Amino acid sequence: MPLILKKVLTIKYKKKVITYILLASISLLFISPILAIIINSFMGVEEITHHYPVFASSQSIQDNNQFMTMKLIPDMFTLEQYKNVLLRQFLFLKMFWNSVGIIAAIIAGQVIIALTAAYAFSKIYFKGSNKIFYIYIIAMMMPFQVTLVPNYLMVDRLGIMNTYRALILPAIFAPFGVFLMKQFMNYIPKECIEAAQIDGAGYFEIFFYIVLPMLKPAIASLIILQFIDYWNMVEQPLLFIDDALKRPLSTYLSIIGKNDFHYAFAASTIYMLPALFIFFYWECYLVEGIQLNSGIKQ
Amino acid sequence: MKMNLTRKWTLFVFLFPSLLGFLLFYIIPFFECGRYSLMDRSIGGSFVGLENYINILSNELFLMALANTACFILLAVPLTMFLGLLLAILLNQKIHGRNIFRAVFIAPMVIPTASVVLIWDILFHSQGTLNALLISLGFNVVDWLNSDKARIVMVLLYAWKNIGYCMVIFLGGLLKIPKEYYEAAEMEGAGSISKLIYITLPYLAPVSFFVIVISIINSFKIFREVYLLAGPYPHESIYTMQHYMNNVFVSLDYQKLSAAAYVVAGILGFLIYALLRWENQYSSFNI
Repeated sequence: MPLILKKVLTIKYKKKVITYILLASISLLFISPILAIIINSFMGVEEITHHYPVFASSQSIQDNNQFMTMKLIPDMFTLEQYKNVLLRQFLFLKMFWNSVGIIAAIIAGQVIIALTAAYAFSKIYFKGSNKIFYIYIIAMMMPFQVTLVPNYLMVDRLGIMNTYRALILPAIFAPFGVFLMKQFMNYIPKECIEAAQIDGAGYFEIFFYIVLPMLKPAIASLIILQFIDYWNMVEQPLLFIDDALKRPLSTYLSIIGKNDFHYAFAASTIYMLPALFIFFYWECYLVEGIQLNSGIKQ
Repeated sequence: MKMNLTRKWTLFVFLFPSLLGFLLFYIIPFFECGRYSLMDRSIGGSFVGLENYINILSNELFLMALANTACFILLAVPLTMFLGLLLAILLNQKIHGRNIFRAVFIAPMVIPTASVVLIWDILFHSQGTLNALLISLGFNVVDWLNSDKARIVMVLLYAWKNIGYCMVIFLGGLLKIPKEYYEAAEMEGAGSISKLIYITLPYLAPVSFFVIVISIINSFKIFREVYLLAGPYPHESIYTMQHYMNNVFVSLDYQKLSAAAYVVAGILGFLIYALLRWENQYSSFNI
């Protein structure tokens, strides 16, 4: 009997070990590109030129047999790249603040619009609400290459091309937020609302005192999902904004040339830091948002 | 009567802002696109029927882009779903550091494309790290971005970013499967493989449909990586629908652009509709 027990235990143990090894190696694979950027951002100009001659050296004649080998530990840790980016690159800082302003406006607007509209769709019953909501869902599922065309036409018509509003307004009214908030609101029990109605609360009171407090995690989900999407936008600014000084940071890295490759890693790191921070703090809300989003038919 | 009036007024206050913006930036201009797609010029043009559509559908670049996109979706979506499911099953056990692993697998989703492209460039460049590795192992150099191998690169980039997304949705689905089912199966002497085939997979079916839909939608977002990596005219094996749209956009040919948008919207709309219909039939016996 103990022998069998021992056998079972070792099989279980082996399975566990294999699972851990598998998970650890996949994790390494997933995270190594991110780590590589961060680690490389602490290398000095010379080291970067040495390791990535194809991108970093300005010489026109290049040795075709020279390969770029990624290095995982810098010879010398230095903040040279950061100094370069933050102190000498006027455009970088300008674009960074553009990005911050644009994303703040988008998220604030989108949260307000999404909450109010979702409340109307979810808790105020009216004729045709399902049909209208269906149109929101269809629009939400279209890839941005399709929705960009109507966005562009209207931005052009309104004469707001080449302004921040060209990026902010279409994003605020994107149907995704309404959809996500409605998914969360569907979980608020009917009884809660009915009880409040019996106590004499109107739609406004119910919205502010019952629905909003219950939706705090939902709002966090919306913020992080939207942040990921719009911090990353590249096409809209390239198409809607001609003036480089008005563009967000996402377009910076695609326009810097070979002479600037020395500090590309630091620029990349700074650019992804806000996204990483939000992710570390709100990872659970991101997961919840995605999982709820998947219950399309609730 | 008074109640009814308040209700209407509230409805107006809550719904109107969103509806107005949605109509203004999405619906109305979309219909305008439809009008453009049937004309020969945007200003003072005349009605030409389906000519723009016929032009597009007989355009070699457009057809190549369409074929490439379909090929990419057929390769990338099943692969990503399979790996996402695998990770979800691995993480759905009692293991230490479960949350850390989960966070690591989702992290790529959060990283902005423009920063990580730097690493892909160094990795897949013809004089890049991957080729250096291949040479040291005694293989020949591969021009990753300028040959049909580019397709593999595109699938890899997509998988890296989207496996976490699939995994999260599958994890949610796995949590919903009642534990009693597994217990009952164990009592009957079922092994882990038969539990997987007869309990886990059927119960994940409804969620899988959604993963397919989302994966298809997300596959249109991979354009950003490819564009930043290989420019507006990449090797023809990775010239996708999105490149076509983008290049028409830059040339500001509204007619072509509108017709292309309608064709893409039509194909996707049909695909999603068909998938959801299919799901309806399936999910009738589930959860």
